Amino acid sequence: MSAPNKSYDPVEVETLKPEEIERMRDEALAAFAAADSLDALHEAKVAHTGPASPLALANREIGALPPHAKAEAGKRVGQARGAVNKGLAARQTELEAERDARVLVEEAVDVTLPYDRVPAGARHPLTTMMERVADVFVAMGYEVAEGPEAEAEWFNFDALNFLPDHPARQMQDTFFVQGPKGTEESGSGVVLRTHTSPVQARALLDRELPVYIVCPGRVFRTDELDATHTPVFHQIELLAVDEGLTMADLKGTLDHMVQALFGEDMKTRLRPNYFPFTEPSAEMDMLCYVCKGESVGNPDRPCRTCSSEGWIELGGCGMVNPRVLTACGVDPEKYSGFAFGFGIERMLMFRHNVEDMRDMVEGDVRFTRPFGMEI
Amino acid sequence: MRVPLSWLREYVDLPVTETGRDVQAKLISAGLEVETVEQLGADLKGPLVVGRVATIEELTEFKKPIRFCTVDVGQANGTGEPQEIVCGARNFAVGDKVVVALPGAVLPGDFQIAERKTYGKMSRGMICSSDELNMGDDGTKGIIVLPPETEVGRDAIELLELVDEVLDIAVTPDRGYCLSIRGVARETAIAYGLPLRDPALIDVPGPNAYGYPVRISDPTGCDRFTARTVTGLSAEARSPIWLQRRLQKVGMRPISLAVDVTNYVMMELGQPLHAYDRGLVQGTIGVRRAEPGEKLTTLDGVERTLDAEDLVITDDRGPIGLAGVMGGANTEIADHDDVENATADVVIEAAHFDALSIARTARRHKLSSEASRRFERGVDPQATAAAAQRTVDLLVLLAGGTAEAGVTEVLAPTAPRTITIPADHPDQVAGVAYGRETVVRRLQEIGCDVYGQDELIVTVPSWRPDLTDPNDLAEEVIRLEGYENLPSTLPKPPAGLGLTERQRLHRRVGRALAGAGYVEALNYPFIGEQVFDQLALEKDDPARRVVKLSNPLSDEEPALRTTLLPGLLAALRRNDGRGSHDLALFESGLVFRPREEQRIAAVLPVDRRPTDEELAELNAALPEQPRHVAVVLAGAREQAGWWGKGRPADWADSVEAARSVAREAGAELIIRKGQYGPWHPGRCAELAVTVDGVEQVVGHAGELHPRVVKALGLPARTCAMELDLDAVESAGDVTVAAPRISTFPVATQDVALVVDAVVPAAEVEEALRDGAGELLESIRLFDVYENAEQLGEGRKSLAYALRFRAADRTLTVDEASAARDAAVALAGERVGADLRS
Repeated sequence: MSAPNKSYDPVEVETLKPEEIERMRDEALAAFAAADSLDALHEAKVAHTGPASPLALANREIGALPPHAKAEAGKRVGQARGAVNKGLAARQTELEAERDARVLVEEAVDVTLPYDRVPAGARHPLTTMMERVADVFVAMGYEVAEGPEAEAEWFNFDALNFLPDHPARQMQDTFFVQGPKGTEESGSGVVLRTHTSPVQARALLDRELPVYIVCPGRVFRTDELDATHTPVFHQIELLAVDEGLTMADLKGTLDHMVQALFGEDMKTRLRPNYFPFTEPSAEMDMLCYVCKGESVGNPDRPCRTCSSEGWIELGGCGMVNPRVLTACGVDPEKYSGFAFGFGIERMLMFRHNVEDMRDMVEGDVRFTRPFGMEI
Repeated sequence: MRVPLSWLREYVDLPVTETGRDVQAKLISAGLEVETVEQLGADLKGPLVVGRVATIEELTEFKKPIRFCTVDVGQANGTGEPQEIVCGARNFAVGDKVVVALPGAVLPGDFQIAERKTYGKMSRGMICSSDELNMGDDGTKGIIVLPPETEVGRDAIELLELVDEVLDIAVTPDRGYCLSIRGVARETAIAYGLPLRDPALIDVPGPNAYGYPVRISDPTGCDRFTARTVTGLSAEARSPIWLQRRLQKVGMRPISLAVDVTNYVMMELGQPLHAYDRGLVQGTIGVRRAEPGEKLTTLDGVERTLDAEDLVITDDRGPIGLAGVMGGANTEIADHDDVENATADVVIEAAHFDALSIARTARRHKLSSEASRRFERGVDPQATAAAAQRTVDLLVLLAGGTAEAGVTEVLAPTAPRTITIPADHPDQVAGVAYGRETVVRRLQEIGCDVYGQDELIVTVPSWRPDLTDPNDLAEEVIRLEGYENLPSTLPKPPAGLGLTERQRLHRRVGRALAGAGYVEALNYPFIGEQVFDQLALEKDDPARRVVKLSNPLSDEEPALRTTLLPGLLAALRRNDGRGSHDLALFESGLVFRPREEQRIAAVLPVDRRPTDEELAELNAALPEQPRHVAVVLAGAREQAGWWGKGRPADWADSVEAARSVAREAGAELIIRKGQYGPWHPGRCAELAVTVDGVEQVVGHAGELHPRVVKALGLPARTCAMELDLDAVESAGDVTVAAPRISTFPVATQDVALVVDAVVPAAEVEEALRDGAGELLESIRLFDVYENAEQLGEGRKSLAYALRFRAADRTLTVDEASAARDAAVALAGERVGADLRS
């Protein structure tokens, strides 16, 4: 293109007339407005703002003007180009917004489509129920203790004051482990633990006093599997041995547990009972968490959960028999303690309305899945 | 123990308005587990009357013999005419007194009696059996035939005491005295604060020299023996209705008068008794231990070989009874039917036997009787004379017998038992200030003699052998004051440490697997050893060594699991069979392995702490019980759906499950090609960890062997993983050292290496890692490619993305390339890898 010339020719700068500049500007703006797509706008952009566009050419002609006219022409062209660029940007924004809106609509999906690509897994509700109960006590400062499932008879019975020929020992329906060849039926001295209570003795022998432990675990009794029995089931056991513990402390601890698990207005009831390893002993009931006892004597509002008894039997408890303390090397003159235990299956049955024990045993994924990770 | 309320009222003057349920509540609160209150006759409605069978016409034209009877019911039917009744039973004759339900009556089970036509006759009522009246077993299973003297037309509901309430009490082993009406009455009296009329408080003649001769050779086994003789029992005498009904209500079957009377007195006083036919006893009655191998046929007709520990009753010939358990057949009282041999004279035994000895004998012979149940739990030794007297009195009264003057009483001297407690001991146990007065009063109520001020010297009653320790007395006070009145306080445990690392790990593993889509199954640990063959374990596989039960539930599964797979695979099969085919299951639990040398777990003393050596030895006698974790998979791991294709579960999923467990444990898992029993030989990963510098195989993962899949009936291509979680845990380190994060740019270099197809990818990667040096940030295998034409036979291409980064500078291309070249060079050296061009 031409270089700035000093010998200017006024005729050649026709394009710099004000009305010409305005026309170029208006044409550009009209072209932008007419562009109905980003591509069309791009074309218009090239045509009206590119190096070959009329305004670009006009701009170039400014150099050919006489010095006195340069300033004014420059200003005029600059304003026109500014207006064109602004118009272009505005239209660009407009068209992009239109495009985005259209694309996003096109990309819309049906969010109600199901998605079970990898079906969810779950932990067994008995496992999570045990954890939940244990956590109530861990929060109170108790620790979780464990013991073997194939247990020495001494731990399972003798240390707990079940003497060899005591009727209570026969009540337990024990699985006996075979002894070495040539010994009697139950000659091994090993049984499948019939309750989690041997962990009490282990904890007292292993730990420094005071002892505050909770022990969830698997236990075994020779019952055939049916809707209400299973030979393998789960218990959770609690033991507290300290100076000056009383039955009132036992009661308070039980009350706290049922409140933590079933709500603040819950409470427990103790009824005298007999267990060799506690004295005094009690059966513990909790207020029915569904009817709160209101179904009792109220045939119009029967309660399935407690059979309208108002109370749900939970398990056994009592003050640790001083003989147990002695067998575990704890001075019963100085220390006392309380213990309780109950069945997890039972709690799961009434808390979650499980009707058949077999459902908890058979490992059917349809039963377990809904319980998820925690209970 | 079944306790009729009507019987209980005989010894305690309960308010007339008290119902069985009221008494139940009181007794439960006092510690007797009253399970139910049976409402006898609650659904029974008269008229039910005594009738005399006037005529019987046998109807023979029907399939079974039918009788058309007329029964005289006096004025009870309003007409005085005999009542016509069709009856299908046959155990009655003309003249017999029977129970007749007249039209309008309703029998148990809402059985409405009405006039109706049947077998071609009008039947206007029913002749009743004991079953139909819900009376309990009377031994006949037929029509009730009443004693001949029963008055016709009398109301049978009242006569047969059909309306009553029966408390059914589950007596705990410590409360043997409550296996009697006397004992329950005592508790009822205390609960109501009413006086007790003790049926054992009767006049008893003192012992003399003319009683039936008794010799006790084992005074520890038998510390008391009372013998009385009654002669001239009437052969015709039968138990009166009231006695039969009480026995039925407590759950016993009336048999014969002499037997019924001894049972009745046992129920009343809790003292088991035995009546011998004196004509069949030869010479002195003795009590001794059996001679080994001695034989005795007990009343149940079983010949038993006796053990040297069994306590037996003998006469001159030898054993005539298993003491405290069951009498012998050779001196049995004759049945009423056996008129020729009717028993005229009886010797009555009321003895006290050692609880332990009876318990052992009952267990040894698997023979639990009403008598043994009571002796095992402890019988009041001082009740023998009274019980014998009650029996004599009843036999004289009901059977027209004559009591002989001779009274034999052999007793070993015993001192009353005392327990000394501080007066505030119950307060200390309960956490309640009862005060001395209350404590003393409550102890006296249960029959104790109490002396002393701050220290109480308590003599316990003879019927409470369970009271031996201070806490036993505390329990008595607390239960009578009411457990429901205990306050609720919270102890203050010391600050705890929370869950242990191990416990956290077990929870984490469960969550990780469940998060990966596995569903937990808790399987029984019982297995049969044939499963090891199905799992294709070698003959000498250590997993075949099992701990066995001596009393398994099923002979098919007598052993404890050494692997979790049998249980999990059974659960998989069960789910599959129920229509869930895409399955991923896991279990974490103990397995049981016998020790090399099986020892017997000793019974340690209980009067002191066992020594550490004793405890160590005891624990060493238990099987090893490591915790395992296992998964099984079948069907689709990823479902097909609108998103695209699904993916079947495969070996890699099972290996990944192992990795995820190891990750949770912070253990470095070594995975290499393995070959083991249940797994497909080409698709089995051996899993190992390093503990204290020693590498240890801890499990396997992969696809199961097709033979195993077939043998166990599993879905095709079932995969499984099992790990010794304890071992993985011990290899773990949960303390993560935080990595230093470099913010300089990453330099990425991809390499494709061609190696022999058998070279494990893990080895190639290790070589690259070692060769690349410190600048390598990460390495990832992104493609595996096999193509004989391009790569040559038996070769594969592994493509890796290597990312390099320095902590302190931006790497130059040359630096990254040099590191890559070093990596490739080492791979070439170690595994013969060629850079694919």
